[in-house]
Amino acid sequence: MKAIHAPPIDSRAAGGWTALLRAAVPFAAGLVFALGLGLSGMTQPAKVIGFLDVAGAWDPSLAFVMGGAVGTYFLLLRLARWRGTSLPPDDTPAAPAAARGGALRDRRLVGGAALFGVGWGLAGLCPGPAVVATVTALPGALLFAAAMVAGMLAWRFAPLLWHRLRGAAGAPGPLAPASDAPQECGSR
Amino acid sequence: MTELVLAPLGGGVLIGLAAAGLYFGAGRMAGISGILGDAFRLDPAVAGWRWAFLAGLLAGGALLLALLPGALPARIEGSPGLLVLAGLLVGVGSRMGGGCTSGHGVCGISHRSGSSLVATLTFMTAGAATVFVVQHLLGGGL
Repeated sequence: MKAIHAPPIDSRAAGGWTALLRAAVPFAAGLVFALGLGLSGMTQPAKVIGFLDVAGAWDPSLAFVMGGAVGTYFLLLRLARWRGTSLPPDDTPAAPAAARGGALRDRRLVGGAALFGVGWGLAGLCPGPAVVATVTALPGALLFAAAMVAGMLAWRFAPLLWHRLRGAAGAPGPLAPASDAPQECGSR
Repeated sequence: MTELVLAPLGGGVLIGLAAAGLYFGAGRMAGISGILGDAFRLDPAVAGWRWAFLAGLLAGGALLLALLPGALPARIEGSPGLLVLAGLLVGVGSRMGGGCTSGHGVCGISHRSGSSLVATLTFMTAGAATVFVVQHLLGGGL
């Protein structure tokens, strides 16, 4: 786990308006994202299950959600490249998997996606809609979101616990040295 | 037509605009499992913008509740045990696999990441297989 460190001096001194301004872009992005999820039908578990039910009364409408989202994002990226805009680093979530040797050979990427897909198919909720649905205060929505966050934290802290237990059972001495610390993935 | 094509397409365009806006405006990927999972870190440089995004998601949800309540579920199907199991699988799986529907499905594919395409095809197939087992082999009741 990371050591607790004080916030950098400049952000502390800047405070107020600068911090608010810096939060404005992610806040607006989250707000528009939630409206898009709601309008598209992704926040209705029954509709998601209908989309995944290819052998039953298949509801293909959610395919247009991904089509619209990817089409828009992809075209904007193409436009920016064509105009020669300098772009932020390409920090796609699969970058660590690509660095480990490609997707098809990456058991963590494929295994994780498969587990996620099973959970998605069981409840009809994925992380974005699950967060948005908590505003309904429905017990089921809150329960799902709490379990999801617990799962995320469990994945992060399980290796730490594993190292501790193994360190305690093994020879006496310092617990897991710094270089042996569990790898943190996908954070900057 | 509206419900089948236009609403999903329009919602998708909004999602694409939001994700592209976060990338161009702040240099971040709109992968919600990563944003949520790393929001609990202690370093404010890591967690700060993630909480702003999550606050935006909740504000958008509140707006939906006020303007378009039909967009939100009126009830969540499934026993408490099933919902906990599903939530744990989504939480562990999305972090283990490095992303979810938004991070791999929207951002990764838009950035032409082959790994994200593999992840997306994998969770779609697993989701469809799960729904097939639940709806057609177990008769829909869990």
